[in-house]
Amino acid sequence: MALPIYADKLERAWHFTYKVICTAVFIFLIAPIIVVIPLSFNVEPYFTFTTKMLTLDPEGFSLRWYDNLLTLGITDVEGVRDSTWWADVWANASWVKAAKNSIIVGFFATILATTLGTIAALGLSRPEMPYRKLIMAILISPMIVPIIITATGLFFFYSATCVSPDSTIGSLLAPILSYRGCLANTYFGVILAHATLGIPFVIITVTATLVGFDQSLPRAAASLGATPRQTFFMVILPLILPGVVSGGLFAFVTSFDEVVAVLFIAGPEQQTIPRQMWNGIREAISPSILAVATILVIISIGLLTTVELLRRRTERLRGVTPS
Amino acid sequence: MTHADQPDQGQEPELLRTADGLLLQTALNRVSRRAKIKAFLLVLPLLAFILVSFVAPIGQMLLRSVNNDQFYSNMPELTLWFADKEFGVEPDEMAFTALAADLTFAAKERTAGSVGTRVNYDLPGSRSLFTSAARKAKGLNPPFKDAFIKINKDWVDPELWAAMHAASATYTSSFYLAAVDRKRDTDGSIIQVDENRRIYVQLFWRTLWLSGLIAVLCLLLGFPVAHLLATLPMRKASLLMILVLLPFWTSLLVRTTAWMVILQGQGVFNNILVSLGIVADDNRFELMYNQTGSIVAMTHILLPFMILPLYSVMRTIPPSYARAARSLGATSWTTFRRIYLPQTIPGIGAGGLLVFILAVGYYITPALVGGASGQLISNQIAFHMQDSLNWSMASALAAILLAAVLVLYWLYDRLIGIDNMKLG
Repeated sequence: MALPIYADKLERAWHFTYKVICTAVFIFLIAPIIVVIPLSFNVEPYFTFTTKMLTLDPEGFSLRWYDNLLTLGITDVEGVRDSTWWADVWANASWVKAAKNSIIVGFFATILATTLGTIAALGLSRPEMPYRKLIMAILISPMIVPIIITATGLFFFYSATCVSPDSTIGSLLAPILSYRGCLANTYFGVILAHATLGIPFVIITVTATLVGFDQSLPRAAASLGATPRQTFFMVILPLILPGVVSGGLFAFVTSFDEVVAVLFIAGPEQQTIPRQMWNGIREAISPSILAVATILVIISIGLLTTVELLRRRTERLRGVTPS
Repeated sequence: MTHADQPDQGQEPELLRTADGLLLQTALNRVSRRAKIKAFLLVLPLLAFILVSFVAPIGQMLLRSVNNDQFYSNMPELTLWFADKEFGVEPDEMAFTALAADLTFAAKERTAGSVGTRVNYDLPGSRSLFTSAARKAKGLNPPFKDAFIKINKDWVDPELWAAMHAASATYTSSFYLAAVDRKRDTDGSIIQVDENRRIYVQLFWRTLWLSGLIAVLCLLLGFPVAHLLATLPMRKASLLMILVLLPFWTSLLVRTTAWMVILQGQGVFNNILVSLGIVADDNRFELMYNQTGSIVAMTHILLPFMILPLYSVMRTIPPSYARAARSLGATSWTTFRRIYLPQTIPGIGAGGLLVFILAVGYYITPALVGGASGQLISNQIAFHMQDSLNWSMASALAAILLAAVLVLYWLYDRLIGIDNMKLG
């Protein structure tokens, strides 16, 4: 913001102060995220910059905490790094297991949330939708209701929702339920919970995309002889796809970052990255946590870039110049 | 087209009809009803999913906050005796006979501990009464009243009988009373609990006060930044926006960890101050494991939720208004106060409410950096869920928190509208 020429001394002083304040707030926003990155390369098990690090001495830096992520939980920590060692890491290292769990849960929760959410958003965007506001309020509520309440409710619900493993339904559902036939301590339960938490984000982004959607396009498709299915896949979906994908990314991040529900409803088998971090922070906090944090920051930079590019694409499709 | 073959040709001729003879109004109604159903059918799968996987579990939790079966399902005889009695009635020999029968049964089923735990919620320190009496219950002989007094004279304590009476009800308000630091006196009136046991009301106030403080801090920090972003040229603003969006996209645990690294005694912030000579090495600031830790970390985490709505409102304010005010002789302060600020109110409301709603339910950050004085109500709910295992208490606290959040949510919807919620 340029200062007008007629500004007096006081205004110039204030304008300078204002810029200093803004800079300070930007530093406040970004500094914590930047700080963890160099500290994750610390050779010492401390959370502070050593003198060697400050003088940029290469001896002050190491990759040991990243290495630690691979070796934690495996049988042969000191072993020769051949294919058997890597197989051991892939199968047993606790952070690798946690990453696999996070990705599996995140993937299925995202698919579920995005599919149901997009279809519902199409309905919600129709002008003739009855009780629109009320239904919208219910669908957004998982985002508003404190996570601890949701987790508490799910804990009771999952412990009580059981089918006998001997019954027909129980034997059919056996692969996705626990050995007792309950939803608690299962991947399926965690996926359902995370899908629930991700749905509001899909609804918000997809309905926002549909606001600028030209409703005469599906009609034009229909008048040209397209079936509803063809209209959806060949006209509507390509146009709203950027919104759907960014909604899906939001849902994935929500699942990927979620720890409270996992703590309440998941068993030790469903250890995810946030849960492993949570345990790490609460018990013995080691710079390994910072190595994970750095990796997660890099992932979020990637996601942010993707969402930003998608947003620009939506605006271009809408005919608005990208900002 | 003629309507000679239509049965309802006796209708007045000026009414409009469709090609197949229906009244136009009927046909329109039918089409619009069909459109409504179609739209609703699209939403139905998701609505059903949310109702089953989210609304029903929370409803079940609410039920648990008023219904705890630990006592009445394990002590059937005594529950029956209580059923037709006034609150605060003196226990007679019949009552003690029922008690002896129930405790004998409880000893066999190993449920005496559960019964004792339930009464212990209302009357702390009474659990051992039940477990020890249950062990001896089989060998008791009438008159049972004297036999129980012989075991422990607390068995005729009116407070104990009041607590058992309360626990024998299918639906009880005792967990809600406990959640607001109240209990039932022996005569059934509601009184405050002892001074040193009053924790929840204070905790609720602290949660509201800290959330309010964090919302105000976010506003103070977010306002200038949002203004800068809204008034800078687009290219520069987009670049600076990354600094707001990157924290927004970064994992909550990562950000909390980062603050632990910065704020701890030997942390980055204290080290900088010490090396600059601002504080002495043995006099480092205690910024973590207390309220300061919670406030700083939560303000940082919630700041993007303030900046983004403010920014989207500020971007729509035409700069010409401010220029017009200046040209009419207003000082820059008057221009800001009378012209600019009122136009940003929707953004302040949206951001402030959103930050407040999210802060009220915060759990992870206070648990990690809050220490004892920085704990919020969510942490107490988690404590009752995981450590004390008083699940009805956790549910009652959660229900009160839920009610507060829903009121705020309703307010948000009225003032801003949930359809206007934007992400990123």
